[in-house]
Amino acid sequence: MIETVEEAGRRVRGSPDPGSPTGPVRRRVRLGPYLLILPSLVVIGVLLVWPVIQIGRMSLQNVGVRQLRGRPAENVGLANYRRILGDDLFWTALRHTVLFAAVAVTATLIAGTLTGLLLGSLGRRMSALVTGGIMVAWATPQVTAAIVFSWLFGTTGGLVGWFLDLLPDGLVGSGWQSYNWFARPLPTYTVLTLCVVWMSFPFIAVSVLAGLRTVPDELYEAARVDGSTAWQRFWKITFPLLRPIFGVLLTLAVIWDFRVFTQLFVLSGLANRDAFNLSLYGYSEAFGSLNAKYGLGSAIAVVLTLIVLLVTAVHVRTVIRQEGAA
Amino acid sequence: MSPRRRPARRPGARLRRAVLNALGLGVFVVAVFPVCWMVSTAFKPNDEIFATTPHPLPAHPTLRHFDTVLTGKVAGVPFWHYFANSAIVATATVAVSGLLALLAATAVARFRFRFRTGFLVMLLVVQMVPAEALVIPLFTDLARLDLLNDLAGLIAVYVAFALPFGVWMLRGFVAAVPRELEEAAALDGAGPLRTFFRVVLPLVAPGLIATSIFSFITAWNEFLFAFTFLKDQDKATLPIMLQFFFGRSGNDWGPIMAASTLFTVPVIGFFLLVHRRLAGPGLTAGAVRA
Repeated sequence: MIETVEEAGRRVRGSPDPGSPTGPVRRRVRLGPYLLILPSLVVIGVLLVWPVIQIGRMSLQNVGVRQLRGRPAENVGLANYRRILGDDLFWTALRHTVLFAAVAVTATLIAGTLTGLLLGSLGRRMSALVTGGIMVAWATPQVTAAIVFSWLFGTTGGLVGWFLDLLPDGLVGSGWQSYNWFARPLPTYTVLTLCVVWMSFPFIAVSVLAGLRTVPDELYEAARVDGSTAWQRFWKITFPLLRPIFGVLLTLAVIWDFRVFTQLFVLSGLANRDAFNLSLYGYSEAFGSLNAKYGLGSAIAVVLTLIVLLVTAVHVRTVIRQEGAA
Repeated sequence: MSPRRRPARRPGARLRRAVLNALGLGVFVVAVFPVCWMVSTAFKPNDEIFATTPHPLPAHPTLRHFDTVLTGKVAGVPFWHYFANSAIVATATVAVSGLLALLAATAVARFRFRFRTGFLVMLLVVQMVPAEALVIPLFTDLARLDLLNDLAGLIAVYVAFALPFGVWMLRGFVAAVPRELEEAAALDGAGPLRTFFRVVLPLVAPGLIATSIFSFITAWNEFLFAFTFLKDQDKATLPIMLQFFFGRSGNDWGPIMAASTLFTVPVIGFFLLVHRRLAGPGLTAGAVRA
């Protein structure tokens, strides 16, 4: 049994790779590939790589509105970092960021994987219907999603409050129709989590389904004959074979959820400092007042970026190794 | 668990199927409900919106909220103006990023050159950097270049965000074009440009459509950069208009939902039309495999 799984795994992974060229090809123009990547390289270099370098530099400087008009920025060393580390708001925002990401990533991956498995075992027509449905959630813009969720959880005519008041009081309590979900961080983040998971589980589901299609049917057949349960089949067959895909999905979910900005901005706003996460905290320091502190905002952004890179470093390393071997 | 169904023969298979279908329906309802509620609210008169017992569908559908949005102004600017700004930004992003991504994808799929691996890794790493972190340096750069209130500045940023994914996605499509076809065209005397337009382009068109949808949605939906860069209401895109409208009219849900519907339904329709291309295995395969 185990041998079969490994062999199949080798077959799946060893299938011809469309992404890499079959061998060194000599072309007439040696300059060709460089000219082809040049425009992309310039755009990405100027608009993505340069700002990354710059944000590191700005985090060590005192940059305000005056510096935008040509005044040289003053180097302040680590003062910006020292200032945020001494700010209670930073630690609150960090806690919110990490806790939210942990809950949202877990919920998104579980909901997405279960939906993907479900799609795999549904009939053709039902599967198409559900796929179409989750596409609707996937395609919804962040601003719209946040506005609709704040309507669903609103205090006047909000559907969720009405529904919770229908349930027995002993179970959920009463007074939900006048409950303000956005007054304190915990309920705000509850709504945010639902909103973000609702938007991001479809991608996970569709990717898991695409992965499932590469697993040979005979494996499940054989496992079923051996009397395995669905739970065993998932952990012994599906998960090991789809491990690379799960790696990518976990990385993506981490990237999305650590930096969530738009939904929280719409649901809670810049005035509600108690509910800040790192993105909102950095943004508010940089742009939130007339006295813009771009240096301080940069320092917060650097911290956020480092956390995300640290968490996703494992995945990047794997890809670098694969590229090197190709 | 098996991706392809076999005819159900075992006892209990019908029950299993019924349970699975019920679960599927449940997922479907959860996924579409918020959007349906938005559309339904947009067509409800105010007394139904704020009714103590809400109904799923409007009893007396009205177009009043749509009329309010389409004929009125938000911050002194008519709805169609925001719509036009969004359309310009999204179209330009699709065109420019599609072209650049195709060129770069051809390079990495067809040639071996010194910085190929380095370039691919860079594409991957820049996708890991949170865009939220870049908003400050990009803002100060654009401010110095006097491009802040300019749609061109925003388009350039969106192109940069759409490119890494576009190259990853397209290189698989380019690599799948049989080299023999190109060689045959070359033997027949077609120059590289002619070969590209006559042989390669038609074959990578599906990939190009997929990346175009992705970059269109990126540009159409984006909020943070548009909100930060475009300070003139005159230049603002639809998400900015929506957020402003939402912030100003608080609980006036009818017009807010009508505006959200006008903004959202085109994207969803677009997405549903072409999702098969976007959701294929290529999406993660590109990132998993070298």
